[in-house]
Amino acid sequence: MKIDVGHAAKLANLPLSEEEKRKFGKQLSSILDYVNKLGEVDTKDVEPTSQVTGLENVTREDVVTPSLPQEEVLKNAPSTGSGQAKSTHNGFFKVPAILESH
Amino acid sequence: MKLNELTIKQAREGLRAKKFSSVELTKTCLERIKKLNPQINAFITVCEEEAFAVAKRADILASQGETWEAKPLLGIPFSMKDVYSTKGIRTTAGSKVLENYYPVYNATVYQRLIDAGAVLIGKTNCDAWGHGASTENSDFGAVKNPWDMERVAGGSSGGEAAAISSDMTIFGIGEDTGGSIRLPSSFCSTAGLKVTYGRVSRYGAIAYASSLDSMGPMAKSVEDLALLLSIIAGKDDKDATSSSKEAADYVNSLKKGTKGLKIGLPKEFYGQGLDGEVKEAIMAVVKTLEKQGAQIVDISIPSTEYGIATYYIIAPSETSSNLARYDGIRFGNGREAFGDEAKRRIMLGTYALSAGYYDQYYLKAQKVRTLVKQDFEKAFTQCDVIIGPVSPTPPFKIGEKVNDPLQMYLVDVYTVLINLAGVPSLALPCGFSNAGLPVGFQVIGPQFSEQLLLNIGSQYEKVNERHKRKPNL
Repeated sequence: MKIDVGHAAKLANLPLSEEEKRKFGKQLSSILDYVNKLGEVDTKDVEPTSQVTGLENVTREDVVTPSLPQEEVLKNAPSTGSGQAKSTHNGFFKVPAILESH
Repeated sequence: MKLNELTIKQAREGLRAKKFSSVELTKTCLERIKKLNPQINAFITVCEEEAFAVAKRADILASQGETWEAKPLLGIPFSMKDVYSTKGIRTTAGSKVLENYYPVYNATVYQRLIDAGAVLIGKTNCDAWGHGASTENSDFGAVKNPWDMERVAGGSSGGEAAAISSDMTIFGIGEDTGGSIRLPSSFCSTAGLKVTYGRVSRYGAIAYASSLDSMGPMAKSVEDLALLLSIIAGKDDKDATSSSKEAADYVNSLKKGTKGLKIGLPKEFYGQGLDGEVKEAIMAVVKTLEKQGAQIVDISIPSTEYGIATYYIIAPSETSSNLARYDGIRFGNGREAFGDEAKRRIMLGTYALSAGYYDQYYLKAQKVRTLVKQDFEKAFTQCDVIIGPVSPTPPFKIGEKVNDPLQMYLVDVYTVLINLAGVPSLALPCGFSNAGLPVGFQVIGPQFSEQLLLNIGSQYEKVNERHKRKPNL
């Protein structure tokens, strides 16, 4: 089983070197060969399990509850580099421009 | 006996009798950490200053007559696997992505423990994001096994088990997605409980695989596990998957006997691949329980063979989704900071969920998961509990499996099934190999049967003193 590591890495937004692509490609292929044994199992008419204790549609009252203060939420924004300044602006997270790269 | 060697029960007795203070108790643990951690690498963060402040407050509260009913852990030092959010205290999940992350809120488990008066002394080392069976996948270096420094402590909660077995802490909290509490407990000769999925809140614990993650206590005795579970178990509105089933008073019910108990031994757990010495040690456990009045039943879990394949599709799929939030914008470093194993699991999961492969992998694995769950349900119509090995071998050498991910995954053969079925399992020490390496076993029960497992563990502990043996450090 061969896996397109470049494609999977792109979907997952993981920056990989050529060397990593080679190494992971080999390792992931041997893992996929192993997990493919699931194909032997007859699962006709078997329902999938996603919630193992049988809970369904757990909801809460639609009421406003306290949230974290804005400055707390912004506390873990990355530093901009040399100084202590955080990459935030007017109470928002600053993000890199994405439009020109596509 | 030195103060850091005490169990919770013993520490409470000493504090109550004013034989020592919480500050003294905390100090001996911190001194032990200073002495041994450079070698064992069990802690990523030690919070000495915060610990002394909390311990001092505990001593004042005790002198003012604070009751044990209101604060059952008043002044008792503890450590937590570094996946629990602790406000203002660094929380890394064992990954360089979060090497400078300071949570702004508390995990529910942590909140309940500090509300009970416990004193956090540090955050323990683990495979990054919980991805591993040896703690070698930690971005902060492998944990050494206190019984043999050339060997792994097990994973992913390896730092916690090593800290408990080397008496750096009084008790700990781990997290188990596919064996991460039980495996290190077994490798380090400590007690650990993987609870029923949803028995303990997951809120504020950094997620690995959300449909499998189970929070649980790790300690030096079964009675301590029971006390801790009664504090941390129960419904939490912040975790919709937490169970509203009432948590029991696990300590006071411990004395119930195990007479007439039916113990199932699945033939698939004792076949090829199981080390002879491990098998022998577990059979001795079964004999002991038989002498105490239990009956042995031969059973089968036919899906055992497919456990690892099922787990290594579901867990990486869910982790690829959970780790998508680490974008280097709101917290933590960028995605280039992920280590090798995280990258592997993210890609494996992304692939299994991607267009054209979803039905073949993720959906298929969820269907096989149903079969695993049904196998356990059927087994529990024939027996009350199942006894099995935790790991196929005693602890292996550092470096032995780290370059072959599939070999590392196969270590989880007896543990992942339990997470897939969502049932609880108690891991306890049962002996040592000829080379002096710890061997553990697990008692598995139906969903929400924690009380029964703890009762059996408690009965066993009375006649087996091996859990009291300490590594020579």
